[in-house]
Amino acid sequence: MDFTYTETQDMIRDTLARFLADTYDFESRQKFINNGQGRDAAIWTALAQELGMLGAPFAEEHGGLGGGALENAIVMEELGKVIAIEPYLPTVVIAGGALKAVGGAQADAVIPEIIAGNAIVAFAYAEPQGRYDLANLKTSARKDGAAYVLNGHKSVVYAAPWATHLLVTARSGGGQRDRDGVSLFLIDAKLPGIVRRDYPTVDGNRASEIYFENVAIPGDALLGSEGGALPLIEQIVDEATVAVCAEATGVMQKLHEGTLEYTQQRKQFGVPIAKFQVLQHRMVDMFMEVEQARSMTIMATLKLGLPANERMAAVSAAKNKVSRGARFVGQNAIQTHGGIGITQELAIGHYFKRATMIEGQFGTADYHMDRYERITLAD
Amino acid sequence: MDMEFSPEDLAFQQEVRQFIADNYPAELRGKQDEGEELSKEDFLSWHKILYKKGWIAPAWPVEYGGTGWTPTQRFIWSEETARADCIRLMPFGLAMVGPVIYTFGTPEQKAHFLPRILSGEDWWCQGYSEPGSGSDLASLRTTAVRDGDHYIVNGQKTWTTLAQHADWGFFLVRTDKDAKQQEGISFLLIDMKSPGITVRPIITLGGEHEVNEVWLEDVRVPVANRVYEENKGWTCAKFLLAHERTGIAGVAASKRGIEKVKAIARTELDGDRPLLANPFFKRKVAELEVDLTALEFTELRSLAGANAGKGPGPESSLLKIKGSEIQQRLTELTLEAVGHYGAPYFRGFGEGDNEHPIGPDYAHRAAPTYFNMRKTTIYGGSNEIQRNIIAKMVLGL
Repeated sequence: MDFTYTETQDMIRDTLARFLADTYDFESRQKFINNGQGRDAAIWTALAQELGMLGAPFAEEHGGLGGGALENAIVMEELGKVIAIEPYLPTVVIAGGALKAVGGAQADAVIPEIIAGNAIVAFAYAEPQGRYDLANLKTSARKDGAAYVLNGHKSVVYAAPWATHLLVTARSGGGQRDRDGVSLFLIDAKLPGIVRRDYPTVDGNRASEIYFENVAIPGDALLGSEGGALPLIEQIVDEATVAVCAEATGVMQKLHEGTLEYTQQRKQFGVPIAKFQVLQHRMVDMFMEVEQARSMTIMATLKLGLPANERMAAVSAAKNKVSRGARFVGQNAIQTHGGIGITQELAIGHYFKRATMIEGQFGTADYHMDRYERITLAD
Repeated sequence: MDMEFSPEDLAFQQEVRQFIADNYPAELRGKQDEGEELSKEDFLSWHKILYKKGWIAPAWPVEYGGTGWTPTQRFIWSEETARADCIRLMPFGLAMVGPVIYTFGTPEQKAHFLPRILSGEDWWCQGYSEPGSGSDLASLRTTAVRDGDHYIVNGQKTWTTLAQHADWGFFLVRTDKDAKQQEGISFLLIDMKSPGITVRPIITLGGEHEVNEVWLEDVRVPVANRVYEENKGWTCAKFLLAHERTGIAGVAASKRGIEKVKAIARTELDGDRPLLANPFFKRKVAELEVDLTALEFTELRSLAGANAGKGPGPESSLLKIKGSEIQQRLTELTLEAVGHYGAPYFRGFGEGDNEHPIGPDYAHRAAPTYFNMRKTTIYGGSNEIQRNIIAKMVLGL
């Protein structure tokens, strides 16, 4: 048993942390968010071309660093520490994960473009009626000769305003909630018939509602098998869920550190408020949540390669624990800061907003508790 | 002991219901349903209707403009206004400085200020907290120095709710630097249009401009605008804080909030069933209802005590703690219920912006409200301070 990181993994973390320390302080982040585009494209280019960071989980033959889920977790945790708005999750973790899983010509074509920073992919999976059920799809992909015609509405697609590609789940057969009949496509984001409504999100990101109106897509956009993609989608969403847990660990760590720092500066009744035992215990409880979030993230990362049921149980256990921890740490960071925590002025409130959105991303604590129970406590 | 309404009470309930149905402004209702931020005029529209009817201050003594209702009638009133989702009346005049003035004020202060509070002519704000004085309010450093018939006031206040609308503010200021903390404080009524006052917005996490910083620089305040004795302002402050805490339980509003959450969860789908049929979600709604019932009957017992002549005491801290926690849990459930549509940031309808916002109407303010309502366990004396009060004053520790 060994929980130490390799030299390469340490190097990835250190390199990225140094870069973000130089480029991504809180004021810079707020500037990126408010600059009209909602990000600074030069950051993404630098992550790709100066740091090689977008190649972290890809094979060397594609130009990557030869890593995998652990490397993704390292990157996501560091991005979480600065509440970065970079589309690493949908592009590298999710689309990259899908391409690695299917391999072949599609992987050979797109992975190098992701690594180079040229391709940004948004993951269009959620629908207004579907909540967290990946199979609950009204979006349809109708076969038309060798091609497909896409129709439907995808909800809250993070990073879509910046995307060159969309990774889309759609129904090519079966009923609305059937496990069979689900297909996965990687398509050009600018195809005729794709209509977007872009907007900012409460956690500082950009997202879109996407409407497909008779969008003709080529047959080779299909990833995996037609109608049989749900297991693949479940796998990449589990990988994404663990990556979000890693991001949460970074966010929670900063919420906790910020609270420790503030309570030692802020004086009331003649002493730093950190001297009050009720707040000390609160901060100890926050600390324990951060540590457990880190433990669960590592646990689930290491189990991503297990058979589906074991993988899903591990991921749901992690996401349940992390969602609850993110809420506890976020709420108590604000409470301990008092009024100043509720303003836009301090970074702490922005970490809280991201922590809150992470709670529900790819399923709330309840959703994952339910999935965990169904797998582990079935008769 | 009983909890039945008498025939007179039931008739009163009918009267109230009918009055609200006939008079609540439709435009206000529309804005509430769309989740829009309300303007000063919006807040005042309902206020003025109630003033005209003579129902604006049920809690006040009749001689100052109260309704003379029994406690049960007041309970019915607050139930019915919440049930009909009427907006909350601004508490700064009606529930805060008004009672201070009729309890501690001079005849001149009563005659001048009370009618203007009732009519809505004056909008009030509260100048208590300072950047260095939050939970430790008595450490406040804004000074008032006597200069003939005036005080010269200097300092900075913060978290001043809706001061951008205010005509008047009630301020705690230090009039004796050498006295023990609580003993050197006075309670001043300050015209917000006085030279030397600057109001600066503080934008909160949901994007709202709800609170402000108020800077006071050589502001001249007539001594006649001091309530109660010099250096005895803490007495007014404590009286007001206890009053603030009772209203803060928010039972009727939380009941309405639970109904809203249920309505959302009946609309939102969870697979082939409504979200409200999801056992996890249903359990959380039910637990919230049980806790709200416990709060309600604790408040009713406290009110009954108040009827028996006891003023609101330290047990009101219990109402504040449990009431604020319930309000926050409601926002948690709402945010969970709206799923993915909690994420889009709705910035309100701009000029000429007719495009429909993203997602269902009930989702627009779910996240901003969740963020914003974190304030309830902080303001009015944080819940940590309230627990200290209970430990000391109730448990005698």
